[in-house]
Formats: sequence, C-alpha cells, structure tokens
Amino acid sequence: MAGTVAAALEARKLVKRYGEREALKGVDFAAHAGELVAIIGPNGAGKTTLLSILAGIAKPDGGEVHLPNGDVGWVPQQAALYRRLSVEENLLLFARLEGHEDPRASVEEMLKLTGLRERRAEIVARLSGGNQQRVNIAIGLLARPVALLLDEPSVGLDPRQRARLWEFVSGLAAGGTTVIFSTHDIQEAERYGQRLLVLADGEGLFDGTPEELRTAVRSEAPEAASSDFETAFVAFLQHRGH
Amino acid sequence: MRWLLLKDLQILRRSPLQAVLLAAYPVLIALLVGFAISRDEEKPRVAFLNEVPAGSRVAVGETELPSVGVDDRICSRVACVHVEDREEAAEKVRSGEVLAALILPVDLVDRLNSLSTLNPRTPEIEVIVNQEDPLKARLVDDRITTLLAQANLTIARRIATEGGRSIDLVVDGGEVEAVGQRVEILGLSPSVRILETLRSSLPPGALQDSADRLIRFVSLARDNLGLGATLLERLAQPIVVDKQVVNESTPPLEIFAIAVAATLTLAFVTVLLVAGSLALEREENVFPRLTPGLISRQALLIEKIGLGIAVGTMVTLLMLAGVQPFVSLEWDRVGLWLAAILLGAGALAAAGAALGAVARDVRAVSLLAFMLTLPIALLSLIPSGVVGGALYEGIRLVTGLFPFKPALQAMTAALDPAGSAIGGPLLHLAALLVAYGLLARFALRRFAAV
Repeated sequence: MAGTVAAALEARKLVKRYGEREALKGVDFAAHAGELVAIIGPNGAGKTTLLSILAGIAKPDGGEVHLPNGDVGWVPQQAALYRRLSVEENLLLFARLEGHEDPRASVEEMLKLTGLRERRAEIVARLSGGNQQRVNIAIGLLARPVALLLDEPSVGLDPRQRARLWEFVSGLAAGGTTVIFSTHDIQEAERYGQRLLVLADGEGLFDGTPEELRTAVRSEAPEAASSDFETAFVAFLQHRGH
Repeated sequence: MRWLLLKDLQILRRSPLQAVLLAAYPVLIALLVGFAISRDEEKPRVAFLNEVPAGSRVAVGETELPSVGVDDRICSRVACVHVEDREEAAEKVRSGEVLAALILPVDLVDRLNSLSTLNPRTPEIEVIVNQEDPLKARLVDDRITTLLAQANLTIARRIATEGGRSIDLVVDGGEVEAVGQRVEILGLSPSVRILETLRSSLPPGALQDSADRLIRFVSLARDNLGLGATLLERLAQPIVVDKQVVNESTPPLEIFAIAVAATLTLAFVTVLLVAGSLALEREENVFPRLTPGLISRQALLIEKIGLGIAVGTMVTLLMLAGVQPFVSLEWDRVGLWLAAILLGAGALAAAGAALGAVARDVRAVSLLAFMLTLPIALLSLIPSGVVGGALYEGIRLVTGLFPFKPALQAMTAALDPAGSAIGGPLLHLAALLVAYGLLARFALRRFAAV
C-alpha cells in the first residue's frame, strides 16, 4: 500500500457497477513516482475497469481518485491510433490537441524516446504490432503524465517485441514516471512489476511485491508452494474463493 | 478542432479511391444529367409496313378525302424502320432491334370506307410487340394508344370537315362534281328567296297559304342544317382540354433534374462521409483518447458536421459547374445556391453524425447510411396524387423528418429564377440541423463504451 511518500496516484473505495454486476467492490490503491505496478487477476477481475477509472474515461459509482501532481497518460489495450496517418502525423496531431507550445519538438522527443525516428513517415497500418504499441504509448506520454496507465500492453506481441517494449517501459519508470499496467501473464507481472495488485471478481486480494506474493501463496496454499509461480497463484486464488 | 479537421482531410487524401470518388462522382453525375437533359426526346424505333395500295382514299359518301399522309404522320412520332414483310417486322421485334412493329393491312381503307355503308367492317391495324419486361410493355401500350387516338382524331376531323362542306352545299347551294359532270345544287337559302318571290305573285287564298307553309319549312330546314356543320365539327372532338395551372412555380424539367442530381450528390457524400468519419473514431479506438480530455464531444460533432459541409459543398458546386456546358445556369443566383447547399449539407451532416454515433464500425454505418438515404430520396420524388391520400401523408411525414426533401426544395428554389420561395425549406433544414445535432450529441454519450 501507499508508503510515507506522497502518492502520485491514489484511489479510495472504488465501486463500479454494470447493471446488477459489481465490477469493482471498494478497491483501494496507490502508486508512487517511478513505481512499476502490475495489476493481475483472472478474466472479469476488474483490471480494465480500474484502469479506465484511473484514466478518467469511466466514472466510478463510488469512491474517489486523487492525482495531486498532474495528469495520467492512457494507453488502451488496442492501439488508439489513426492507422491511415503516418507515425509523425499521429504524434503531431495529438501534440497539437494537447496544446504543446512546440508540437514539432515534442514529436521529435517522442520519436527519439520510442526509437521510431527512422519510421516517422511510415503509415501506422504498415507497422508491426510492437511498433504500433510504441506509438500508442508515445501518444499516451505526450500528455507528460505523472502516471502512465497501460492496459495489457504486451498482448499480441512476439517475445522480441515484448522484450523491447518492457525495456522501454522500464526506462520510463526509471525516469520517474509511475507506470501501472494490467496483464494476464503472471510471469511478466513477476518479472517487470515492482508491485503487484491482485484483483478477483472486483475485489482487491493482494497488494505488495512479487516476493511478498510468493510468501503469501506459500502460506495460504502450501500444497502448491513447490509448483511454478503461475500454478501457485491459481491455487492462491482458489484458496481465497475465486 | 481545426487539427481534427486537418486530420480528417489527410485521411481522405490518403485513401486514393475515396479521393477519386469525391472528385469523379460529381463530374460523372454532371455529365450523365447534362447529356440526358440536353438530348432531344428519343423516338422509339418501330418497324413499319404499309400494305395499303398507293392512291387509296377514304371516301365520305360520294367524296374522297384527300390523302392524310399516313406514313409521314406516323413516322414523325416514331423512328420508322421500313420493312418488306410481316416476317421481317416480327423478327426485328423479337431481336429487340425495334420496340414494336406497326402494320397497316391492305384492306384498311376499304374497311374505313365500309363504315358509311350498310355493311360496316371495323378497320384494324396490326401491332407486333415483345413485352419482355413490364416497363417496356407499358411504354408500348401507351405509345400505341396515343398513336391510335391521334389517327382516329385525324380521320374524324376529315370526315367532319367533308360532311360540313356537304351540309353547306345543301344550305347555301353551289356546284358539285358527280360522275364526271358538274351538277348545280340550288340550296335551301336560295330556295327560300325564290319561294318568297313566287309567293308575292300568287293570288291570296289557299295557294298563298301553301306557299307560306313551304317557305316556313324550307327556312326551318336551312336554319337547322346550318347548325349541323358546327355539330359535326364538335362531334369529331367532343371534349377539349382547358388546362388551368394552379401552381405556377413548377420548375422546368431540366432545372428539376439538376436539383435532384445535385441534392442526391450532396446527400450521399455528406451523410456517408460524416457517419463514416465519426464511426472511424470508435473503430480506431481513438474516441476515449480524444474525449473528454483533448476535445469536448460537442466540438467533435461540430468538427464532423463542418467536414461534411465543406466537402459536400465543394462536391456539389463541382457538379453544378460540370452541368454548366449543357444547361445555362444563372450564376448570379450563386448566393441562393450557397444558402441551399450549406444548410442542406449542414442538416444532412447532422443526420450523418447521428447515424455515425449509433453504429459500431465504418462498414455498418456506411451500409446503414446508404440504406436510409436511398429510399428516403426515392420517396421524396413521389408527387402528390400518384398514391392514396393517407399513404401520401405518411410519405410526407417520413420525408419531412429527413433532410433530403427540404434540401431538394431549397435547391430547386435556388436554381429556378421563377421558383417558389426558398425561406420555408431553409427554415426546415435549420430545424433538422438542430434536431439531428441534439440527437447525435445524445447518442455520443454511449459512444465510448469501454
């Protein structure tokens, strides 16, 4: 949970309902500057709902979100780009819409950051999934956010593209940007997440480091303690009634 | 907002097919309409076989009518393809080379002449048709009915004229040629004068009374027969048409055709473009990124409607310019054209935005826009009186809810110098622009479902 340092982003008692179904049941969450937080959980756990509320796209039915130091950048799971425009045209459009004083300089900065300088004139539809995701993230970063929210950013990427993506994202966190990402891939969350938030059926089950989660799994589901992390995690969820 | 507009124009330019269509479509429509309205009415091709012996004349009593020029009269109304015999005529109809074949049989004049005898036979002409489709069948039937009515009228008038001459001869007297000799007919009017002269020389009494009775009878016969000629003329065409126009603002056909083509172009381009462009924001998954942080939903709607107005206006003006070589348009009315086009495009764009806000992807919305615009446009062209009163009121209601009909009315009024007032349609379009704008704004609330 939140430490003594002021959180870059904080959510309290978040509730979200879709008709009769409660997608979030009073979730608390906080992240600090430079943290890389992974949100994990089975399908329907409420991961995307939580991220979209943190991003301001969806409104919660209860609870509140605090962003004391600025905006968040939102990177949806599916690339939110104009596929018929080039990389540069996409970045320039969003830099202008963000109201940057020198949008072309911002574009140059993002092209450098994402390593897409050489492909600036290429139409987005012709880029690989990995490079599209880079442009997707670059647009999220144009808002110069204190926190970057990524919804399953590595879905559909091959291992090499995935490695390059995480290298890039880790670099952002190292630069002081809070990065919160959701994923289905437990190994990926363990490897890249400094903190893990476990959601299941809209409830926050765990919030701590990967090592703390391993400890919790070993104590709550000892029969799976010797198994791989994913198997142990599934046993942990079952033990918690999910 | 201007950056989004620039982006949409970049996307349009990036799609070569779309760009070519936007430029080529109005030019193509203009050429089609221009050619159609600048050509003379196409005469139907009809195979024609006249078997009536040369020199045959229709006789009225002892008189033979002068030649009525049957060949010339028929061939002035249809494009005659002269054939040698019935087989050739039938073959040309079967192959579709001609619309129909018209055969005047050898005994046509004999049968016509028999009408004034005690043994009349109905004159018949032969028509061979190929009714391979209902439209063609209807066209052929209409043409035949018209030709026959005109032929009957011509013959009836000739007979009436000749009959009138005979009556005049009986009334006024004169000379007539019979069996190669000139015969003098005294006539009723001269008979009255002779009888009155004779009467004055008769002694009073029974003989003079008889003369008075004879004079009265001949005078009565003269007066009544005098009316006969007029009556005969009336019988040839008992009913004449007295057409009174109650709505003199009807535009010339070519102006109406241009207005229809221009409005169709405007409607399809604007509705499809705006609906597709708005749906693209969701299909590309960009809408949640744009709103509400970077741009408000109202601003997004205004941008899309602005895009529709800009492109729709450009394409429609291009179409009107393309028609100019065929039909002289009054460019000094360009202010009214622009008012009609801008408000029409605005209302159509708002309708497109409302459609774009309810559909999930570009293909679905394009299909929806097409399936809505086409039938509404066709319904808008149905004139009153063609269908039942209640049905027409229903059509009026439906077409009044979509901007096509008021846009067509505004366009027609703008193009036609003697046209009806443009204010009503423009107000109608303004009301629809607001209504569809609000509807689109409401629909956008559920547009960004995560």
